Amino acid sequence: MLEYTERIRETAKRLLQEGKAEVFIGYKKGTIPLMNHPVLISDPKGVDLLYWDSNCGLNLCNYLTGRKDKIGIVANGCNSRSIVTHIIENQVRRDQLHIVGIPCTGMIDHRAVMRAVKYREILDVKDDGDKFRVKGNDYEETFEKRGFLQKNCATCTHHNPILYDEMLAEPIEEHEIQDPFKDVEKIEEMGPERKWGFFTRTISRCLRCYACKNACPLCYCPTCFVDESRPQWVGKSIDPTDTMTFHLLRAYHCAGRCTDCGACERVCPMGISMRQFTRKLNKDALDLFSWEAGLHLDKRPPLDVYRTDDYNDFIR
Amino acid sequence: MIHKVFTKKEWIRTLEALSDTYKVFVPVKDGNFHTFDILEEGKRPDFDYQNTRLSPKSLVYPQSERMFEYSLDENEPDVNILKVSPKDYSPRAIVGIRPCDAHAFQLVKVNFDNPLYRDPWWVQCFESTTLVGLGCKAPCSTCFCTSVGGGPFSETGLDVLLFDLGDSFLTKALTEKGEKLLEHARGGEDASESLVKDAEQSAEPTSDKISSTVPIDKLKERVVTELFDAPFWKEVAFACINCGACTYICPTCWCFDIQDEVFGKEGDRIRNWDTCMSPLFTFHSSGHNPREDKFQRVRQRFMHKLKYYPDKYNGTVQCSGCGRCVRYCPVNIDIRQVCEMMNNY
Ligand code: SF4
Ligand code: SF4
Ligand code: SF4
Ligand code: SF4
Repeated sequence: MLEYTERIRETAKRLLQEGKAEVFIGYKKGTIPLMNHPVLISDPKGVDLLYWDSNCGLNLCNYLTGRKDKIGIVANGCNSRSIVTHIIENQVRRDQLHIVGIPCTGMIDHRAVMRAVKYREILDVKDDGDKFRVKGNDYEETFEKRGFLQKNCATCTHHNPILYDEMLAEPIEEHEIQDPFKDVEKIEEMGPERKWGFFTRTISRCLRCYACKNACPLCYCPTCFVDESRPQWVGKSIDPTDTMTFHLLRAYHCAGRCTDCGACERVCPMGISMRQFTRKLNKDALDLFSWEAGLHLDKRPPLDVYRTDDYNDFIR
Repeated sequence: MIHKVFTKKEWIRTLEALSDTYKVFVPVKDGNFHTFDILEEGKRPDFDYQNTRLSPKSLVYPQSERMFEYSLDENEPDVNILKVSPKDYSPRAIVGIRPCDAHAFQLVKVNFDNPLYRDPWWVQCFESTTLVGLGCKAPCSTCFCTSVGGGPFSETGLDVLLFDLGDSFLTKALTEKGEKLLEHARGGEDASESLVKDAEQSAEPTSDKISSTVPIDKLKERVVTELFDAPFWKEVAFACINCGACTYICPTCWCFDIQDEVFGKEGDRIRNWDTCMSPLFTFHSSGHNPREDKFQRVRQRFMHKLKYYPDKYNGTVQCSGCGRCVRYCPVNIDIRQVCEMMNNY
């Protein structure tokens, strides 16, 4: 991890000095454990702020929307896929970007770590690649990173960037995942009432803070439907109907576009598993259209194309 | 002043009995974190906790609160007349509230209860509430209450303070309201003077356990327009995703939005927490938005808490140092750092 940090700094410095990038977007070490802070660097002297470890779970593609300058950006597998999606949706141009690819071994699930140390206060976490060490006031424990991956990382099949201008290291081997949608299948098997109950419980603690939606690079509309006031689409209270409307609509807006980067779930202050919505749609996109978002610059996503030879006759 | 000791087991029974006279709210474990909930059958209070995920502000100031009801039915005599929604303002107690969160109610009070305006809902609810605080023996690394006028055993804003003595709780009444609650609290034994002294003495070094400090001494002398135009706001705001997490979890944020919701011929006027992080917060009906950019909204949050508020209210900041926003901001925008930047600007 530390070697990546060094390489990111060197690369950012070179890009800024050579003028290949006017700004560089990466992460800075956070002020609290298990948390890093997205940062924009424009002065080559500032590159020492850049940092990389297994807590870079926020999707940096968020910060590209609408920018007009030349941007250097670090990207692992899912972030690069979101960037691809951004490009084909015209949110940023390919020729503006210098993508510094990182083969990713997954991000640590901060909630799993807190559970493992039984919610004792965590003062420091040191990432040593395969293992990480957690320190508190009167304890120190070492864990295997493999057992603490974010749920989306545990089923990831695109650890290596899809699109990049240079790589920081050799790509790592991708493994096939047996039954990646086991969780979704379990829900699919439920009857309508149990399903409704399941999703109602899933979002019951939601605050409507919109961290999930705003952490998502796909949510870039200038005015989100939840903020529309003329007319107003959805109520502003925490009435369960409005909260469910928000979650369902948000999920559907991500259909065929979500790269399962996990940013939404990572940021929720209430620990809500809203990925259960988007994962079903990801599975459908795969089953019905053989589509995984963010893999191709030259193909349109299934929900924004019309083809006269569509295999469904209802739409032809 | 009555001091009493209750064994921890007895304390729970006492609270259960107290439920006859008060609606008693206690910290309970809810999934992976703690929350304040009403004490009733099947609920187990858990005082062995650091702090609740959400602040207890919602007990006095709910996230969504019905203010008025009305009918749109032309056949009704009171068509279109707003009627205040009935509420239950019988006595309530929040037991186990942390000193920072009690302090926060005082910081919010200047907004809802002042010579110019008394918010009927907030005031009635707050006045019916007795705050029984639990001193912090093991503060979190993100707590900075001592920098902003509080402390792990601070009595500000509390009616009763509890000292955790290991197997028992020592109660110290601080106000009339607090004494009244303790009169209703059955059981316990009178505490000896030496026990009280010991408890108070052992509480003192806890302040040293607060590892986070934030300078606020120069905020008031700063020139407001200069701070407003400071060059660092865009940098501070870069990572912000403009969610409402920091303001909703904050015990001292008080902004709300009023909405009418109509179903059939019945309408409700509801107020909901609002957040200055949202573009809609300042969106004018003309279509103009004076805070169109993210950095303006981020600046508003910090300027309000750390500059406008101290300017208006004698130097204290609108922050109790609970550290929630530090822990739960999804992108690690840390108020402690921003405060330092503003103070030293
Ligand atoms: S981040 Fe969590 S609490 Fe906030 S809106 Fe999303 S699901 Fe609700
Ligand atoms: S400061 Fe953090 S919690 Fe607050 S709006 Fe910005 S991203 Fe959300
Ligand atoms: S601003 Fe942050 S630290 Fe201060 S009271 Fe609010 S949530 Fe707590
Ligand atoms: S910081 Fe923002 S939401 Fe909080 S009280 Fe001030 S203006 Fe309102």
